[in-house]
Amino acid sequence: MKKFVLSLLVVFAGFTLTAQSLDIPEVTIKDINGKQVSSSSIEADGKPVVISFWATWCKPCVRELTAIDESYIDWQDETGVKVIAISIDDTRNSAKVAPFVNGRNWEYEVYIDENSDLRRMMGVNNIPHTFLFDGNGKLVYQHNGYAQGDEDLLYEMIQKLARGETLEAH
Amino acid sequence: MARPWKLTKQPPALVKKLLLIIAVIGGSYSLWSQEETAPDYGELTGNFQFDGYFYQEDSAIGAFGSNYPDEKFLGQGFMNLNYTRGNFRMGVRYENYQNVIQGFPTEYQGEGITYRYAQFVKDGLDITAGNFYEQFGSGMILRGYEERGLGFDNMFDGVRVKYEPIKGLALKGVLGRQRKFFEKSNGLVRGLDGEFNLNELMGFGGNTQYILGGSFVSKYEAANSPIYNLPENVGAGAGRFQINSGKFSFSGEYMYKVNDPSFDNGYIFRKGEGLIFNGTYSTRGFGLIVQAKRIDNLSFRSERDASFFAVPINFLPPTTKFHTYALPALFPYATQPRGEMGFQVELTKNFKRGSFLGGKYGTTVVFNYSVASSIYKEYYDATDTLNLVKEGYKTDWFKAGDILYFQDFNFLVKKKLNRNLKMNFGYYNITYNYDVLNKGISDEDIVAKGNKPNMIYSHTFVLENQIKLTSRKYLRTELQWQLTDEDVSQEVINDDFNMGDRVMLLIEYSVAPNWFFAIQDIYNYGHPDVAKRLNYPLASVVYQVGTTRFQATYGRQQAGIFCVGGVCRLVPATNGASLTITTNF
Repeated sequence: MKKFVLSLLVVFAGFTLTAQSLDIPEVTIKDINGKQVSSSSIEADGKPVVISFWATWCKPCVRELTAIDESYIDWQDETGVKVIAISIDDTRNSAKVAPFVNGRNWEYEVYIDENSDLRRMMGVNNIPHTFLFDGNGKLVYQHNGYAQGDEDLLYEMIQKLARGETLEAH
Repeated sequence: MARPWKLTKQPPALVKKLLLIIAVIGGSYSLWSQEETAPDYGELTGNFQFDGYFYQEDSAIGAFGSNYPDEKFLGQGFMNLNYTRGNFRMGVRYENYQNVIQGFPTEYQGEGITYRYAQFVKDGLDITAGNFYEQFGSGMILRGYEERGLGFDNMFDGVRVKYEPIKGLALKGVLGRQRKFFEKSNGLVRGLDGEFNLNELMGFGGNTQYILGGSFVSKYEAANSPIYNLPENVGAGAGRFQINSGKFSFSGEYMYKVNDPSFDNGYIFRKGEGLIFNGTYSTRGFGLIVQAKRIDNLSFRSERDASFFAVPINFLPPTTKFHTYALPALFPYATQPRGEMGFQVELTKNFKRGSFLGGKYGTTVVFNYSVASSIYKEYYDATDTLNLVKEGYKTDWFKAGDILYFQDFNFLVKKKLNRNLKMNFGYYNITYNYDVLNKGISDEDIVAKGNKPNMIYSHTFVLENQIKLTSRKYLRTELQWQLTDEDVSQEVINDDFNMGDRVMLLIEYSVAPNWFFAIQDIYNYGHPDVAKRLNYPLASVVYQVGTTRFQATYGRQQAGIFCVGGVCRLVPATNGASLTITTNF
């Protein structure tokens, strides 16, 4: 019986981990196909998650996502991290997001925040703006702007999280 | 940094009970109950920005007289605060313009709370009272939004209700008055929108996704003109669709508006129409988009006499590429609400690493072509006063207009050459109708002068290098060269600094994650007016720590045009020092 309760406990603990949605405001955004989804459907799955606010016309944003893309396979293999790219392109460019992302072979999960509703609620002023969440969906770090090489610093933090270490307060 | 931001919908009682039973069995009841009883004081977040500018008089670039502020120093900024607790949310924004910086709409003068709202979610309802931003469909019928950096904000002050009675059906209703700088519009805006996801609603379609939507928007503004019998209520409707099937996606929206005489359309009593269509095909390493648009008399504002940035209800997306390299960006395009036909195609191709064109690291190529012109207009005879005043002109959907507004062919090649060097090469061929896009001259006036508008033809070459020096230190350079061919009057040459051949060099040195240093110079060596062949040097330093950014610049900034939706604003040239501070908390 003890064993049974224990195994149930493990299963339940596992369940709470995998079903953990990110600690972000609940706002309706669109997936890359234009379907309305709730931002609460973005989940942490027990692994670190990066949310990057970007736009097709934002050069530093595209530089950052291109730089991450070059090592994304290694990042995922080593830490299980998931990068979510949230485009704030409005209807001038939002239809371009899918061909833009596919044309560059990006592997990110991409959403469109067409009227900046999520951006506003998350206090994002200028883009790029990057958020890092731990495996429980808790926000642990955020950064505004992009300097080449920032992605390496971000990855060091992701590795720490993946090892179960905590980050110093930022 | 816990952020209980979510407007949590409480799970139904039965589910809650079940979860409790599972939790008890699982032995984690104590955890659950702790979460239930932990005191929740909510969470406060926000951001802040300050822009200060110390101006120097500089007669060479025209920064004197009315283009030089008496105050010498101008500063402005804002702070946003958002508070969330459970399913309740509220926020405020304070803005100050003391006084408004050069190039911003001058109506921003003073300080105050410009944005405040309260919102809660209950029983599937999402209710906002106070200020809100909103968009229906593509925004062609209604869009409240902000472009903070350009001084654009047309948000609503009123009530918004969103309701999702069943999965796949989203309903919205809005009622409010729009922001007009530090005032509010005289007009009221009422709107309803519904979006139907047929797959979710009817278990329909299999792998093909169908989304339909429809909106109705009306505005009310009292009228007491002694000349015209102006409509006080103006209604508009729009319908939209989106179909996604595998690699293909099609979407479109059609809008119709009843007669709405306004300053923008010369007070004609003509209906408005608009159609936007997007088609895309994309697969791994390849993306294609085709866009077409036709707009006829579609300026829609909550005040009929308003112009420029004041109180537009809708947003007409330009179907041209938005350029961010400095020299091609000197010729921006904005949708012409009075009438426009536009077409755009863009192709993105990624050549895989290891392939002939891909080389060791892969190559990305982007081609883009766009064109915008007038719609076909057949003007009523001057003797037919009734139709001339009422309708203005006759049109035909299947005939092209004969005034070219804008044409742009461009391509960009992105290539990583080795571990430490990335290169972008771009070419931009832009034809720019100066009279329409810079001066706002109407089709009628251009035709009256024999359809010989001032035109600028430009070729721009851009070479950008990103060089890795060490793992934290990078050098980025941009070399841009623009060759122009002007077909403009002497008056335009005398007036405008933005003309003629020029070259630009930018060098940026960054030390991640804290420092940026950049210097740039634009040398307008080919201006037809010898006195305007000037250098525009500019230096900047950025210090960044986390989400806080300090940016200082010193030097000359060229005059420029900034466009939002269907309106553009001319920003005069400046010389001086600026400081910007932004932060989040």
